[in-house]
Amino acid sequence: MTADNYPPDNAAGQPDNAAPTYRSTQKRAPSIPPVVVPATLGELSKPLFGHNNLTENDSDLTRQHNAKPQGERIIVAGRLLDEGLRPASGHLIEIWQTNAAGRYIHAADQHDAPLDPNFTGAGRTVTDADGWYRFTTVKPGAYPWGNHTNAWRPAHIHFSLFGPSFLSRLVTQMYFPADPLLALDPILQSVADATERARLISILDFDLTQPGWALGYRFDITLRGNNQTPTES
Amino acid sequence: MKNATPSQTIGPFFAYSLTSTKYGRRLLASNRIDSVSGTQIRVKGQVFDGDGEPVPDAMLEIWQADPEGRLAGANDGANIKFTGFARAATDQDGTFIFETVKPGRFHTSNDILQAPHISVIVFARGILTHLHTRIYFADETSNDNDPILAAIEDPNRRVTLIAVPDSDGNGYTNYRFNIRLQGEEETVFFQWS
Ligand SMILES: [Fe+3]
Repeated sequence: MTADNYPPDNAAGQPDNAAPTYRSTQKRAPSIPPVVVPATLGELSKPLFGHNNLTENDSDLTRQHNAKPQGERIIVAGRLLDEGLRPASGHLIEIWQTNAAGRYIHAADQHDAPLDPNFTGAGRTVTDADGWYRFTTVKPGAYPWGNHTNAWRPAHIHFSLFGPSFLSRLVTQMYFPADPLLALDPILQSVADATERARLISILDFDLTQPGWALGYRFDITLRGNNQTPTES
Repeated sequence: MKNATPSQTIGPFFAYSLTSTKYGRRLLASNRIDSVSGTQIRVKGQVFDGDGEPVPDAMLEIWQADPEGRLAGANDGANIKFTGFARAATDQDGTFIFETVKPGRFHTSNDILQAPHISVIVFARGILTHLHTRIYFADETSNDNDPILAAIEDPNRRVTLIAVPDSDGNGYTNYRFNIRLQGEEETVFFQWS
């Protein structure tokens, strides 16, 4: 990996941290533009994790407890690619979400919706040789938040990804198609370009759907970087 | 060609997935980096917002060289026994702690030797695209010749990246490093090109 692997237009489509309609940005967005410097080997190399010992239950959020969770079971799958559209294999993906009622197990979540003793809402997996990942989970619920009067987050799944280097790090959110809350959500709408914004909305996919068992949603993800060499092992 | 997928905030509820000590879930990475050599250090600090209020729901990730200046996962000269990676959430006071080892020096792509430093990514509710910064050490004279510190035009701002010695204890050499997201003494953030 060298600096040449990172195209100069990489910032296109990324949200600006100063997003006035998302209230929490007001005291947290830096007021001074970042210092632009050439990346060194430190930024261009890849951290190591203990993610070689994941189990099947790590990617199946419906099987992490003794009984099945409440809600609509779904499959969420997609491909991880780099900016040159090459599959990104062997990379860690971590997710977290509410249960079907719109409640996180996080201790600070005050939403008056029931917890589900059979659902934690956290998963992780590693992409396969062709860049594919796959989770089984339940469809998360919408939940209220304090951004403005009657503010509701659309149903979403949080994604955290590591690619080939510290520069390809990505934390994002996946949304569901045809949700009327999408147009009202300041966090999704912080992505100014409509085409880029649409990439955060999954697609109902009958190739992933398992008949009689679960609907499938496709969510492809592109990481920063343009890996010139064949896929790493 | 396609741009990278847009970033979104980590939100306030990531801990049970990413920094899950209190939730009894196995961690992939803790706030600690082990090394068989080098000086054990502890870097403690707080994250503050533009009002000077502590940020209780931030996550920091660090990435660094080993004491000999070797990086895990690098193409050449890697130290594969060293992860070089840790993550920590802030507590109610905005406080974070990393227990690691003093990093060694390594070169830029232009063959300029850098001062010892730790790369940092800051995530938090209210931050839509994560922030990159670095931790340097006040007791390293090589800071004066570091090419990345030199790229910061206002010398008064360089000090925001310098961890200062704190009283030692528990077998560690201790440093203090605060992060100010906005306003007076705002931390320098980088965009890597
Ligand atoms: Fe959320």
